[in-house]
Amino acid sequence: MTVTEPTPSAAAEPAAAPALKSFPSPSELTVPEGAEGWDALFPYNLLFANTPDSDERFWFCDSQHWPTAFKPYETIGAEFACKTLSQYNTRHLLIPPANGIDYKIHLGYLYMSPVPVPPEEIPGRVPEFEQRVGHYFQNWDSLLDEWRVKVRDTIDEMEGLSFPALPDMVPLADIHSGKGLDGSEVLIANFDRLIQLCYQNWQYHFEFLNLGYLAYLDFFTYAKQVFPGIPDLAIARMVQGVDMELFRPDDELKKLSLLAVELGLQAAFADTADVEGTLSAVAALPRGEEWLDAWTAAQDPWFNFTVGNGFYGHDKYWSEHLDIPLGYVADYIRRVEDGQEIMRPVDALVAEKERIVEEYRELLDGDELATFDAKRGLAATAYPYVENHNFYIEHWTMGVFWRKTRELSDLFVQAGFWAENADMLYLDRGEVREALFDLISGWAVGVRSTGPHYWPAEIERRRVIFDALETQRPAPALNTPPAEITEPFTQMLWGITTEQVQQWLAGDEDASGGITGMAASPGVAEGRARVVHRADQLGEVEEGEILVATITAPSWGPIFGKIGAAVTDIGGMMSHAAIVCREYGLPAVTGTGSGTTTIRTGQLLRVDGGTGRVEILEG
Amino acid sequence: MPRPPSPYVQFFDDPTEPVLELLGGKCASLVSMTAAGMPVPPGFAVTTAAYDTFLDRSGIGAEIRTRLAGLDPADVRSVDEASTAIQELVCTTPVPDDVRADVQAAFEQLQAAFAEPVAVAVRSSATAEDLPGASFAGQQDTYLWLHGFDAVGQHIRSCWGSLYTSRAILYRLRNGIADDGLSMAVAVQKMVNARAAGVAITMNPTTGDRSKITIDASWGVGEMVVSGQVTPDNLLVDKVMLSIVSETVGAKHAELVPDTDGRRLVERDVDPDRRARRCLTDAEVLAVAAMAKRAERHYRCPQDVEWALDADLPAGQDLLLLQSRPETVHSNAAPTRPAPAAPAAAPTAINLSAITAGFTTRSAS
Repeated sequence: MTVTEPTPSAAAEPAAAPALKSFPSPSELTVPEGAEGWDALFPYNLLFANTPDSDERFWFCDSQHWPTAFKPYETIGAEFACKTLSQYNTRHLLIPPANGIDYKIHLGYLYMSPVPVPPEEIPGRVPEFEQRVGHYFQNWDSLLDEWRVKVRDTIDEMEGLSFPALPDMVPLADIHSGKGLDGSEVLIANFDRLIQLCYQNWQYHFEFLNLGYLAYLDFFTYAKQVFPGIPDLAIARMVQGVDMELFRPDDELKKLSLLAVELGLQAAFADTADVEGTLSAVAALPRGEEWLDAWTAAQDPWFNFTVGNGFYGHDKYWSEHLDIPLGYVADYIRRVEDGQEIMRPVDALVAEKERIVEEYRELLDGDELATFDAKRGLAATAYPYVENHNFYIEHWTMGVFWRKTRELSDLFVQAGFWAENADMLYLDRGEVREALFDLISGWAVGVRSTGPHYWPAEIERRRVIFDALETQRPAPALNTPPAEITEPFTQMLWGITTEQVQQWLAGDEDASGGITGMAASPGVAEGRARVVHRADQLGEVEEGEILVATITAPSWGPIFGKIGAAVTDIGGMMSHAAIVCREYGLPAVTGTGSGTTTIRTGQLLRVDGGTGRVEILEG
Repeated sequence: MPRPPSPYVQFFDDPTEPVLELLGGKCASLVSMTAAGMPVPPGFAVTTAAYDTFLDRSGIGAEIRTRLAGLDPADVRSVDEASTAIQELVCTTPVPDDVRADVQAAFEQLQAAFAEPVAVAVRSSATAEDLPGASFAGQQDTYLWLHGFDAVGQHIRSCWGSLYTSRAILYRLRNGIADDGLSMAVAVQKMVNARAAGVAITMNPTTGDRSKITIDASWGVGEMVVSGQVTPDNLLVDKVMLSIVSETVGAKHAELVPDTDGRRLVERDVDPDRRARRCLTDAEVLAVAAMAKRAERHYRCPQDVEWALDADLPAGQDLLLLQSRPETVHSNAAPTRPAPAAPAAAPTAINLSAITAGFTTRSAS
């Protein structure tokens, strides 16, 4: 991917007066050559051009979740996530000052704009809010237990959906039973159900997420009140879970690696790109079966895990690409043989968390201590969901969703609609439904469907547009920012703060050649930079290098044992990168805005995760 | 390098448990502070055993007792005469060879840690004066900027002799304190060659917030910070996380540094480049904060710590604690931050006012 994006400050240059400094408006952004006509590929309601007041509002790009341009079918994640996040603020919980987050697509990237509640309406929402939020917090554990069942049921039902090829003739049994249906209705119903089930789990996704953030913010606000200037990092560490479901997949691989060493199976892992060969080699060794049993047991559900982030159809999941977890296992085995400790230092993390909590508690007494304990207790109860849900939705649910999508696409491939199952991503989900009826109709009529005549050329035309969109990085933000960013989710989840916006406007590089971001995980490390734009570049990362990425996904876990520190363009104190780095005891600076565009692979960096500074020492 | 054990000297970083009767109050404190992670300027104690051995073997102990016998506290003239004679004895009578050799070896070992000979201070360390509630009138003798063993040896004897100033003799006579067992230890300690120094208070004195450590730091020795003659760099450090919360670079227009022959401090202007630059690195700031935090833990109350970075010591071992005393001005005052409006919330309740406040105030953080 070539990066040709001018710096935001350069793009913002035309707005002359510094006091009114702005980001470009959508219409001021250049359409990359070859991408003309991109807008016709996205839903009409998601285009700035069709939204009259959009230029009056400030929008920031969510390149944390959508770091690369997405294809029409892939807008489903953005649409469902933004809509369902919003519904909980606006319609379920009536969060007094905050409605939803509006969203638009521009040049293949997602832009967001938080919607405040008019001040005069805030007081009226308070009683409803207290009642609704209070119910959840008072029944947290039982409601969350029910949530797990609901989410699991949705996944199970989705897993059961199938898209069988249509028969040449309706089975005689159906004639005898007077069924009266040809089976194509199942294809339509199952596609509709697939979308519905995805939508359903996205609603569940936010049922607890906003509450987790609320409890965190409540404690955050109180901690800032009693300890003015307390580092955000301290607050995060006091509520963060230590042993979490999100880390289970990686932990399973580590356990498998230790077991392989214990059973003396190391020799079998010489070429893990060959999955069959590796597993046969293991089976051939004495006690190999013991390891294979453990390997199989770990897969359900923990291999429903992607090296991506769950929002792209091309994301690879461990369960379908066993070479990925096997490769990680081989890497861990090497590290174990080198005498390294590969398990996360859980005991040390727990002890450090307890130390931090105790040292702050020692400074309080009476009512203040009781309030501190109550708020921290609530946040510590609610917050782990913020981390753990990711496994259930982005990894597990979306893993099944994309797999079922490919199964449906295979049906189209067989019918000659397009060449590869990934091609269906160039259709939006409405078009897929139309194409499905085209397929069924042609089959029923006894003619060739129209799709095979229409789609291959249309998909090629769209592919050219997307390849062009991919050449350009998104603008970090659009239009004139407000004087202050006050929406808490925006600050916490996306790291979009007043300072960050000012930094973008000013250009990110400071006089000394360093960059700054959020002090997300403490510690200082020096090492060579490795700039990574996509998950499939992770193989290039070498021991001790400093990972510089647009974002990191928690599923990149296995490389965190290798790197010296992490620097990201996007993300706040509670972004996945920050959480994972704290878990792995690595320095991290997140939300630099420009890490991947300022730093080049091979440069010597000094990363201070306690101050948020990244210095380019050499190169 | 292992040091041969000697009954006459004990280095401050010697892990041996300090014995007050051997080291005197000052030296015992220097040893225990070093052991508690509050490194004081390097040096050693000349123990009371050295003094006692000197008195016994040279025979002047008996002579001193004779001189003091029957003195009348009202007869100031004869007290003065006895004082002069005894101090003369203590300062001129030869010290036993083994005592002298051990003290000299210790002095040379101290010097061996530095590339160039360094100046030292010699201070008396009485066995009673520093103890709470016993304000012994024998004044604290301190001799600064001494070079070479001859000067050091001479001033050790001066400290010994200070047991017999007229004032000390009179104090003991008037308060009925026996001279039996009277002894004196002496501290020999490197003079601090501060490249930067200042104070650290284990709280934020402007808000009463005890989760912070406030550091004032400037170039040279710390007197100009303490006396307010310079505007120092000011840093606020989170005490629990040991991370810098905020900082203001001060003007630091002047500094006090040893003059070229190392015999006194001279004031000089700080050049514009160093004025504009913070005088501590991040790592040094956090080392100062960690040391102040240890002092607070050790003494179990907020501390006001004087510290210095010694230019003669290697980086990482150059932070020295000069003094730690209870912080009394602010820690007894009521905290000025607002008390919480509501009483403690029930464990599952959420405080709405706090949440909604968070929606409008967070961006300031």
